[in-house]
Amino acid sequence: MTEDLSGAISRRSLFAMIGKTAGIAVMYEAMASMAYAAESTFKGPIKLAGAPMGASVLILGSGWAGMVSAYELRKAGYKVQILEYNNRAGGRNWSLYGGDTYTELGGFTQHVGFDKGLYLNPGPWRIPHHHRGVLHYAQLLGVQLEPFIQLNYNAYVHSTAAFGGKPKRYREVEADFDGYIAELLSKSMRQGALDQAVTKEDREILLAALKNWGALDNNYAYTKSEKQSDRRGFLHPPGGGMDAMPIPSDPLSLDDMIQSRMWSAIGASKSYDVQQTMFQPVGGMGMLGKAFGKELADVIRFNSKVIDIKQDASGVTATYVDTVKGGAPQTAHGDYCICTIPASVLSQIPINVGAPMQAAINNLPYSASTKVGLQMKRRFWEEDEAIYGGITYTDQPNRMIGYPSSDFFKKGKGVLLAAYTFGSGAVEYTAMSPAERVQKTLDYTANIHPQARTEFDTGVGVGWHRVPFTLGCAGSWTEATRAAHYKDICAIDGRIMLAGEHVSMIPAWQEGAVLSALDAVQRLHSHIVQGA
Amino acid sequence: MRKLSFLIAGAAVAALSGTAFAQFASGYSWKTGPEIYTHVCQGCHMPDGKGATGAGMYPALAGNRKLASPLYPVLVMLKGQKAMPSFSDLTDDQIAAVANYVRGNFGNSFPGTVTAEQVKALRAQAVQQQMRAPG
Ligand SMILES: Cc1cc2nc3c(=O)[nH]c(=O)nc-3n(C[C@H](O)[C@H](O)[C@H](O)COP(=O)(O)OP(=O)(O)OC[C@H]3O[C@@H](n4cnc5c(N)ncnc54)[C@H](O)[C@@H]3O)c2cc1C
Ligand code: HEC
Repeated sequence: MTEDLSGAISRRSLFAMIGKTAGIAVMYEAMASMAYAAESTFKGPIKLAGAPMGASVLILGSGWAGMVSAYELRKAGYKVQILEYNNRAGGRNWSLYGGDTYTELGGFTQHVGFDKGLYLNPGPWRIPHHHRGVLHYAQLLGVQLEPFIQLNYNAYVHSTAAFGGKPKRYREVEADFDGYIAELLSKSMRQGALDQAVTKEDREILLAALKNWGALDNNYAYTKSEKQSDRRGFLHPPGGGMDAMPIPSDPLSLDDMIQSRMWSAIGASKSYDVQQTMFQPVGGMGMLGKAFGKELADVIRFNSKVIDIKQDASGVTATYVDTVKGGAPQTAHGDYCICTIPASVLSQIPINVGAPMQAAINNLPYSASTKVGLQMKRRFWEEDEAIYGGITYTDQPNRMIGYPSSDFFKKGKGVLLAAYTFGSGAVEYTAMSPAERVQKTLDYTANIHPQARTEFDTGVGVGWHRVPFTLGCAGSWTEATRAAHYKDICAIDGRIMLAGEHVSMIPAWQEGAVLSALDAVQRLHSHIVQGA
Repeated sequence: MRKLSFLIAGAAVAALSGTAFAQFASGYSWKTGPEIYTHVCQGCHMPDGKGATGAGMYPALAGNRKLASPLYPVLVMLKGQKAMPSFSDLTDDQIAAVANYVRGNFGNSFPGTVTAEQVKALRAQAVQQQMRAPG
């Protein structure tokens, strides 16, 4: 039931072996050194051709992975059909708008009361500039993108345990952290503490660098000055005319800065995944799924819940029930099948794949995450606090406040992403009723933005473990499960392949789903053409 | 050199203890069975313990005969099971408390109790959770 023993496969098992014995990091080093890992990144549109006459592929799920698969295979000449549980395309690519109704598992229903044009992205909300696959399809589908603001120096870092619970601007935290660390390092360097680590010549260069990086004075000290305030902000900024003289601000003390732990918010925008520039579709992330669904309108069957998947020598048959009309289970057939149903759900569907792929499916739980959107009567974060997009970080359970990256300066209402949580905090958030999620989030938000109390209008909260079509946020791989099961989840098992973010090394990103689907259709196509 | 390694070691410790803004929290503060059930388990098994069904499902714990075996829920929590992630970040006491709670409520009244010592003895089988934030 597994793939033929081609060169690629034996290389893959070599990597798996390295992964098992030496750890995943060494495995990827080995893969990279053989220019193998690089094969999975987007290299421009794929061109498949020469599908055997009448060959068909049944696709399960109409998220990114299912729709990329269907689009590319149809273009190559295959007959494709998609079965989709929801009454819409997009899967986790999804936005909630005013007028929408969302019922989560357990039957809790929310009626979204947002104004026209306002939305919450319960799932994906930002696209890195290097996610070339997603960006390719966005352009292909004619979906307009705009900047997503990730890092805002004027947003806050907030700790209930520091500075009397008063938030600090991100720029103050970063400037003071950099400044003090630069001061400390240059002090030890000048005392000879680093003599063994750097040459004398390099030491001089480094000292100059530290002075520049930390905005230090001529004595290599981080002191209250115009130079310093140029980083952390002024008490009274430079102006024009009579009142123009700037007054520098007071830095946090070194001790307070360290103790506050606010510095731990600094790294949040440094990782490759979220480095500027980032993008979002105009009108909500869900615009992408919607546009893709339109493109594939005649091949998607909605309201179709797959309950059984069987393959034999002649093809693959999926049994499904119509969730609206009900009635007896029906079947759909394809010569081959690409199944993009999340592993959480798939682990509960009978499917006759081999033991290795079944083990991969059964050992992939989905992580917790919640998002809460609060509509405010006015955009007070812009009007009162000059915060235009970006993220505030807090130690409260809501963890983040994301400000909208669009409609700046617009009068009227706006929607804050007022909670975005992971880990055990998200588990607890999911266990609340939707109304409680909204209420708690409002309380946390008001500790940072007191205006929220009076400006609050309506809200909606989504806990991903209660999302009926995924039972979770994303495939929760560990190093151990990657080593044990990753190659098996990527395999061609007879006539079945799996695709989705869970079949990628970029889990919980749309690009992972896209790249996984592109890899699946290319490998499946050559498998079919070679076998025909 | 010593100073530098001190600084680096210090930074690593701080990163671990700097949980204030760590996007990923693990562990729970709740003590009693009903508290733990309400703040952890009911996200999936629902407030009434009856589970739920969508494209996939969460099984009912109410009237679930598999709970007759006292250590079964303990192992499910420590190891996870298919779409249920492991809850190995619950303490031995917490796992015992919530196991006893689900075995004795929601219409269940299975004999026997679970102790923290029994949980501890099964810890070696615990499965670690992944700590990676989504996009
Ligand atoms: C909270 C959160 C934040 C995220 N943030 C980002 C971000 O900022 N940027 C980013 O790029 N990505 C982000 N992601 C990740 C992104 O949403 C996913 O990686 C991607 O959408 C997954 O696509 P997929 O095709 O693999 O799965 P899905 O989109 O889940 O598609 C699977 C489809 O299968 C269907 N299905 C399920 N069961 C059945 C059944 N029994 N029968 C028939 N059909 C079924 C589902 O309804 C669904 O349509 C985020 C995700 C979450 C949850
Ligand atoms: C993220 C959702 C989720 C959470 C939270 C969760 N569970 Fe589960 N649980 C599941 C799923 C899914 C299954 C079914 C697993 C399977 O397919 O075998 C399950 C199964 C179980 C079972 C076995 C039931 C059976 O019929 O085999 C027990 C016992 C259980 N859970 C207890 C708990 C307890 C106690 C908690 C709280 C600490 C908890 N669960 C939290 C999702 C969850």
